[in-house]
Amino acid sequence: MSIHDFKESNFIPGNGGLDRKVSTRPATSLSCAKRKCFKMLDESPEPGWLSEEVKTGTTIIAIEFDGGVVLGSDSRVSAGETVVNRVMNKLSLLHDKIYCALSGSAADAQTIAEMVNYQLDVHSIEVGEDPQVRSAATLVKNISYKYKEELSAHLIVAGWDKRGGGQVYVTLNGLLSRQPFAVGGSGSSYVYGFVDAEYRKAMSKEDCQQFVVNTLSLAMSRDGSSGGVAYLVTIDKKGAEEKCILGNELPTFYDQ
Amino acid sequence: MAAYMSASRLEHAFSTNDFVPEWAQEEVSTGTTIMAVEFNGGVVIGADSRTTTGAYIANRVTDKLTPIHDHIFCCRSGSAADTQAVADAVTYQLGFHSIELDEPPLVETAANLFKQMCYRYREELMAGIIVAGWDKRKGGQVYTVPMGGMIVRQPVSVGGSGSSYIYGFMDSNYKPGMTKEECLHFCTQALALAMERDGSSGGVARLAAITEEGLERRVVLGNQLPKFSNA
Repeated sequence: MSIHDFKESNFIPGNGGLDRKVSTRPATSLSCAKRKCFKMLDESPEPGWLSEEVKTGTTIIAIEFDGGVVLGSDSRVSAGETVVNRVMNKLSLLHDKIYCALSGSAADAQTIAEMVNYQLDVHSIEVGEDPQVRSAATLVKNISYKYKEELSAHLIVAGWDKRGGGQVYVTLNGLLSRQPFAVGGSGSSYVYGFVDAEYRKAMSKEDCQQFVVNTLSLAMSRDGSSGGVAYLVTIDKKGAEEKCILGNELPTFYDQ
Repeated sequence: MAAYMSASRLEHAFSTNDFVPEWAQEEVSTGTTIMAVEFNGGVVIGADSRTTTGAYIANRVTDKLTPIHDHIFCCRSGSAADTQAVADAVTYQLGFHSIELDEPPLVETAANLFKQMCYRYREELMAGIIVAGWDKRKGGQVYTVPMGGMIVRQPVSVGGSGSSYIYGFMDSNYKPGMTKEECLHFCTQALALAMERDGSSGGVARLAAITEEGLERRVVLGNQLPKFSNA
């Protein structure tokens, strides 16, 4: 596993998402030289999004209910101010009944998810049964913690297993913590108040789904880095059910 | 200047001065949560009560709701010194203007005075202000003058570092046409939620309702704030 170095990072702690980091990775050496050479001759520089880091500035949420979990995410991927993908599904499969929600740097998050997917497959063959959600979360945590200086991605791991039922784990910065629900990404800051106020223990599956959709809709309307469509995944004993809710079908709230 | 309202620390060149404790070198900031809501007949304003210098809470019972005139208040967020200075200047200007006019000043006038000062000195100031009040012409009004010096009238406005966390709650729970009591309840809940999540907001929740009759102030102590069940 080779992880490349970061040159600089302005990580502002205390924010819901690591997406506030303002680091721009240098573009490939060829385009750097080209930019310097033609600086005085060329009036139109290359587009900003070629040299900006690609992030899933995002909103992600996962919530437990009795018998499973519901995960939700928006679908916007930005490079600087450009939206490079407006329909990306940030709910990534780790195993049949274990999913993770990606946020932060798109490359880092996807790579972690792929690595853990592989490790989990090997692990589940070794033990001969479906892996536990806690195992998946621990694998994600191990990578996040070991490479915490180089990586900037936050994954929320959620799923169902027969031993613990529905579980949601947070792996921010390399910690591992189980929570009844979790929000993450840059858009999560705006909905902390809403989820604190609206969450109740022992909600039904449909209530959880509505809660997730409402939260995503509110965050997407306030956060510039979140938007597009809402993806929902409901995991229970029977399996995982994916759903996509288009932008115009999302609930609307009072708009000034 | 920083574009975000949080408890920022301006570090000076001599930041390794050992003669003075670290918190005395930090700028005093009202990293805060402030909000204002219009209703038919007046406005309700609210704020938390914490002033910080770095990690030290310099004042845990601050009053960030400052009277500018009989029926006009402002909610202050950002640097404590800057907002106090601007508020004092505007109070003077508005008082003078009101005497010249020989009638109570308009909320819009007060808000524009804030805007002029905040815009002219935008590079030097770190002040986010919400101006709210009642006047005879337009009733209850809320004007927000965030950092940078723009002005916009809004039925409901939140500000300060803690405001980020309650945008979702505000969007989902605000309804036009609320009564004064409903507005007070809405503000109390929103402030409680923000104070719970934002390290720079806390203490007690100060509320005020401004109507034609006058002013009604309330304090909700820490242990009386609504509690929410969460993770």
